[in-house]
Amino acid sequence: MTTRKSTVLVAAIVLAVSLAGAAVTVHQLDHLRARATAEEALYVPSAKILQGLSLGYNGLLADIYWTRAVQYFGTEHHLRSREYRLLEPLLDITTTLDPHLTVAYEFGATFLAQKPPEGAGDPDAAVRLVERGVRENPSAWRLYYNLGFIHYFERRDYAAAADAFERGSRVPGAYAWMKVMAAQMSQHAGNVQTARFLWSSLYETSDNDDIRANATKHLLALQVDEQVALLEKLVAGFQQRTGHWPANWTEMAAGGYLRGVPLDPNRKPYRLTPGGRVLVQDPEDLPFITQGLAEEPSQQQPNESK
Amino acid sequence: MSRISAVASNTFREAVRDRVLYNLIFFALLLVGAALLFGQISIGIQRIVLVNLGLSAISVFGVVIAIFIGIGLVSKEMEKKTLYTILSRPVQRWEFIVGKFGGLAWTLVVNTLCMAIGFFAALYLLARHFERADGYLVVAIYFIILEFVVVTAVALLFSTFSSPVLSAVMALALFVIGTFAEDLRAFAAMSHGAMRVFATLAAYVVPNFASLNVISSVAHGQPVAASLVVYNTVYSLFYAAAALCGAILVFEYRNLK
Amino acid sequence: MLAIETFALEKSYSVGFWRKRRVAGLKPLNLSVEAGEVFGYLGPNGAGKTTTLKLLMGLIFPSGGSARILEMAIADPRMKSQIGFLPEQPFFYDYLTAAELLDYYARLSGVPARERTKRVQTALARVGISQSARTQLRKLSKGMLQRVGIAQAVLHDPKVVFLDEPMSGLDPLGRREVRDLIQSLKEEGKTVFFSTHILSDAEALCDRVAILHKGELRGVGAVNELTARTESKVEILFQGVQGVTLLSALGAECHATGEMVRAIIPENRQDEALEALRRLGLRLISLTPVRATLEDYFIERLKKDEKAEKVEVGR
Repeated sequence: MTTRKSTVLVAAIVLAVSLAGAAVTVHQLDHLRARATAEEALYVPSAKILQGLSLGYNGLLADIYWTRAVQYFGTEHHLRSREYRLLEPLLDITTTLDPHLTVAYEFGATFLAQKPPEGAGDPDAAVRLVERGVRENPSAWRLYYNLGFIHYFERRDYAAAADAFERGSRVPGAYAWMKVMAAQMSQHAGNVQTARFLWSSLYETSDNDDIRANATKHLLALQVDEQVALLEKLVAGFQQRTGHWPANWTEMAAGGYLRGVPLDPNRKPYRLTPGGRVLVQDPEDLPFITQGLAEEPSQQQPNESK
Repeated sequence: MSRISAVASNTFREAVRDRVLYNLIFFALLLVGAALLFGQISIGIQRIVLVNLGLSAISVFGVVIAIFIGIGLVSKEMEKKTLYTILSRPVQRWEFIVGKFGGLAWTLVVNTLCMAIGFFAALYLLARHFERADGYLVVAIYFIILEFVVVTAVALLFSTFSSPVLSAVMALALFVIGTFAEDLRAFAAMSHGAMRVFATLAAYVVPNFASLNVISSVAHGQPVAASLVVYNTVYSLFYAAAALCGAILVFEYRNLK
Repeated sequence: MLAIETFALEKSYSVGFWRKRRVAGLKPLNLSVEAGEVFGYLGPNGAGKTTTLKLLMGLIFPSGGSARILEMAIADPRMKSQIGFLPEQPFFYDYLTAAELLDYYARLSGVPARERTKRVQTALARVGISQSARTQLRKLSKGMLQRVGIAQAVLHDPKVVFLDEPMSGLDPLGRREVRDLIQSLKEEGKTVFFSTHILSDAEALCDRVAILHKGELRGVGAVNELTARTESKVEILFQGVQGVTLLSALGAECHATGEMVRAIIPENRQDEALEALRRLGLRLISLTPVRATLEDYFIERLKKDEKAEKVEVGR
């Protein structure tokens, strides 16, 4: 083999091996540094300074920080974290660099406000964020919608929620139901229909996969709450007619109360306790439910039916 | 082997006589200027600013040198026909490439060591003592050197087939993208279809400078994990080797003007 | 042993925007040079001489065919340590001094460390630039750079030396020195292969020459062989410009100075010319045979080729 052929062969082999090795190592590095990049967000003295450093490429840097915020939340959520302390700084930097990145406000509205592990549990921070969004984007009426959401579900401040929907309805181009929602807020605060409507319209109008997935979870939770309440009513009815609590679902089915074993949205059967309570089999798989839990719910939630 | 070291030491000599090392003067001026401004800012932040400024300057100066000399390593020789009397000698083409790489890499190491001495001197003047955490500063500098190794290899690769202007643009672009390589991978994970394939491919081909930059964390006195040192070293060696092999393959088939 | 051999060595280039047209830089070349010869590679500019040398040095790659030097392949490093090369208008690292450059080259050519300094000094002295050894190359004149070029070609004592237009850019003294150098290389038993378009140099130095024109080999052989093939001419000196017209009609080249005319005419028309002069009653001063030069052969050959080509194209 000529020297040239052997050189080419060796070089080609080393090239292939090195590229593969580099790719594998990068994978490892990503794991090692999973939290490091987001942490570095804390080292930036302020979002304003970062803006200065970006040399005019604000938009691009904002997109990068937006990606990091989503990445950060996803990683922590996957680890079932109860703390998301970097979410607010990351979203703050993102929206300072690009105040018109609406999806960042929407994301914060959902995931800053919700209680851990589904969110950072800081609704006030969420409100601050979305209020900025509303200031910087006067024509984005949907942000008022997000704002109303936070006040309604997480802060249970129905007056503030109504006010948010009212302000939003005045923005040119807002959908008509904003006005309707403003009215509903005051009259039917805590209604299941209201809740269902809010979550389904959020699901329909959002482009962000995480927000939609989250809305779906809420809708399923509402469904479970309703099912559990209904089942408990049927069981109580059975007890009244027959004088004893049913031992299992088959007994209820035989009595014509049910058509079969009732399943929750995850296709797992509900559990029937001797005292007539209906429980969910694996409550960790159904976040946001307020019924069917082993302990008594501590206080009434807006999702409950009255 | 002696041929490779002959090429390498000649490349070093060329860089020195090209007055590259004069950049050290600007670095010194920068540190002095920073020191003068320190009076204006609060004591607690002084160390952080000095570390950020010093290490960032070492990194930026070095990358600029690596790119601007690197892109000419082969193309200049082809343009000026100095290669005629080199390749007619027993030097093999791949030995020439490796020697050129070694020479520039060595130039950067020497340059960085000089800067590091100046930097630590400035740090000592500021703090009047060294802390344990300062050891991590050395690690940060080591990572910067690894960065140079990768950039040099990439610039050399471009030099074998592209004109200086185009090479400079591509090398700079790769450096910027490489700094955000992690974000590119995150973006790829979030996207779908053809975009996802393209982004994933790009995210792995682009050099991963993000993990080599620990400047802001060592500025805050954070430790650097030993595993990170190992993986960064391995990665840089793999990547540089790949780029060098690419350069060797291209050069092996090039007809000189 | 054959110092240099080529087997249908050719090089063509793709030109044009879409790289579709092929232009021949060198048509398939079969050449062999004996060890110890001084071989001249002649041809006008653009003939393909430098292309041939670049192919032999491995700087460019052939489109077809192959070559061997000292019976080893072109890419063989062992072969390369035994050859020296002086490119046309050599370019060197101008930030180095002559001594540093030669030392660098010596390292690359595998000269052992202990011998290097001595060899470098010897080479510098041989080409006569010892005083400028410590001067940076960017400060040297063209002639001196040429000498440095020759020095680097011979400093590692190669068996075959390749020189591309070694006399170009030199003053007559410099050219004389180069001629002497080539002669001394020959006396050392080395093979010298040099290209030039100055035929008188080739004539004086070479054992054999080859003539290249438009990428194609047009003639190879010893100098006297080739000149013998050229038409013999005679020089007629006579008095009387009236004779010019008549003699020109016979194919003579005439130069008149006052009443004296000098006519160069092919030998076979000598008698006709003399008869013409006698009829006109002009006074004959002298008749001398003119020795055919390589230049004559060269020009004649080129003219023949161009005619042949015109016929080809016209057909």
